[in-house]
Amino acid sequence: MRYVAGRLLHGVALLVLVSVFSFAFAHLAPGDYYTELRNDPRISGATIEGLREQAGLHGSLARQYAAWGASMLKGDFGYSLAYQGPVAPILWERLRATLLLTGAATVLAWLLAVPLGIWNAVYRGTWKDTAARVGLAVLILIPDLLLAILFLLLAVETGWFPVGGMRSAEFPSLGAGRKVADVAWHVALPAAVLVLGLLPVLVRHVRASMAEAIDAPFGQAARAHGIPLRRRLFRHLLPAALNPLVSLFGISIGTLLSASLLVEVVMGWPGLGPLFLDAVMARDFGVVLAVVMLSTAFLIAGNLVADLLLYGLDPRIRVK
Amino acid sequence: MTIPRPTRIRLGLWYLGILHAAVLLAGFLAPYPFAEQHRDFPYAAPMAIHWFDRQGAFHLRPFVNGLVPDLASGQYREDPAQVFPIHFWAPNHAAASGWLPAPRRLFGVTEPGVVFLLGSDGYGRDVFSRLVYGGQVSLFTGLLAAGLSLGLGLAMGTAAGFFGGWTDALLMRGAELVMALPWLYLLLAVRAFLPLHISTLQAFFLLIAIIGGVGWVRPARLIRGVVLSARESGFVQAARGFGAGPAYLIRRHILPFTAGVVLTQATVLIPQYILAEVTLSFLGLGVGEPVPSWGNMLAEARQYHALMNHPWLLAPGLAAVPILLGYITLADALTSRHGS
Repeated sequence: MRYVAGRLLHGVALLVLVSVFSFAFAHLAPGDYYTELRNDPRISGATIEGLREQAGLHGSLARQYAAWGASMLKGDFGYSLAYQGPVAPILWERLRATLLLTGAATVLAWLLAVPLGIWNAVYRGTWKDTAARVGLAVLILIPDLLLAILFLLLAVETGWFPVGGMRSAEFPSLGAGRKVADVAWHVALPAAVLVLGLLPVLVRHVRASMAEAIDAPFGQAARAHGIPLRRRLFRHLLPAALNPLVSLFGISIGTLLSASLLVEVVMGWPGLGPLFLDAVMARDFGVVLAVVMLSTAFLIAGNLVADLLLYGLDPRIRVK
Repeated sequence: MTIPRPTRIRLGLWYLGILHAAVLLAGFLAPYPFAEQHRDFPYAAPMAIHWFDRQGAFHLRPFVNGLVPDLASGQYREDPAQVFPIHFWAPNHAAASGWLPAPRRLFGVTEPGVVFLLGSDGYGRDVFSRLVYGGQVSLFTGLLAAGLSLGLGLAMGTAAGFFGGWTDALLMRGAELVMALPWLYLLLAVRAFLPLHISTLQAFFLLIAIIGGVGWVRPARLIRGVVLSARESGFVQAARGFGAGPAYLIRRHILPFTAGVVLTQATVLIPQYILAEVTLSFLGLGVGEPVPSWGNMLAEARQYHALMNHPWLLAPGLAAVPILLGYITLADALTSRHGS
């Protein structure tokens, strides 16, 4: 229990520190949302100064941070100057889309990677293993960006998949079952890009960690006992090989979020990525900070889950 | 693999060296300056180089045909009546562009003929030329940013590992802070807080500073681990016993020890950073027009209706593949142990 509380506290402390640093950074940044407005000849300098005053940009750093922190805690997630309102309502919609995409991609990638990695480890050294490894090596050579553009092209050329968006226009009139199918149809291509990007890394780790378990004395002993292959793999070897994979799960969240940002922008998925990019371009620091905090919270949560899973799975950590 | 490790490393280095040299020599290899527009030929398809003319006679000097707009298809059609021989080692009249202006160029045709090996973009600019020039930005951002990351990582990692105590605690907590953000989000956030409208050269160095400055954490952690084990090793203890100071110890005994991990990290970081540059420029936050980078060239391919009819605009994305292949093979050769 102390371990859990410690990890939790550590995560929260990290989050607070990130918020302090990123807020200070945003504050020290040359220019703000209104600097971009100055290019508009219809708005006078005095008006802009007035707007700055109104937005509270003249207060001290500490006071501004306190105000911002309070709005974060209240659930407003800061104030967007471009949208003229609290960030939260815009954010939740986008967050749901990103969660759906990355969640689907994670589940799919692991569902594919674990059997594929095990299969590779079992057939280590044979042509089957080599073929799979060459295939994955080719996959790793293709940048995510190129893959996303190619898949987009595929969608346009064939018309089998929708181009951009999360729902069809007639979504509200569909039945519940059709609604799910519609969203799944929209998520398929962006998720496929993410899965293909993630797969080579995951499979390599599953293969390495399973190969180690197969070669370990207990693995050899289980084999000598005549335990059938399938039972041996899933009952004896996989649990022993699980530890590094659980850590990898935590690490892969960060990679996935980064890849997702790019894929969302290219393929028009209405997630955090396009929102973030637009905010960066418009220098809408309220939104930028909110997205930074949210993505950080995700990554920390992912690592926390991995830590706790490890804690639950491996008694050795509990003793230490 | 049956190829021995040293040979594989040497091959990888030669391969990458040639690719980088080619990009550096863009002034010589590219038939056109990167910004030269051929307003009569937007979106021309990659052109065929001919050795046989209409009568089937062979020409030692290859030639290209003139392009004629084909109104029916909206594309271009080759006109066999117009023949433009390709001149090799031709004098380079164009204004110097890029880093290394060359007095001669490898090949070109005389006006009004054009040679677009990989087609042209919406402004009628030669994609091949822009690809080679764009490589200067993309590849060297990768190299220099990786240099910066490794330099920072080396300094931080060595300090943390060698001195331990509060230095170690402070640096490693700082590292944790940087790692708490997803990489691309961190990159974009840092870019967001810096001025948007800047010159190309500023953008180039800004990219290097951001990508390199954000990425020091992983190498620093790995280097710290190596330094920790080196610090406790016998020869360091012995040198310490003979009265060696920290500066001497680090320079003479610790740093050489980290060479392995630094080299391996370099082969991992450089391709990653090349892709980071491509990504940032693609998103419009890197090097801007008219200076090409593989990223901002790909941005044109983002409009899928343009891309559908002009698939050669994908060339800058494909150009990254052989580069990645080189670095991944090199990393593989460096990390592989004997026998495996």
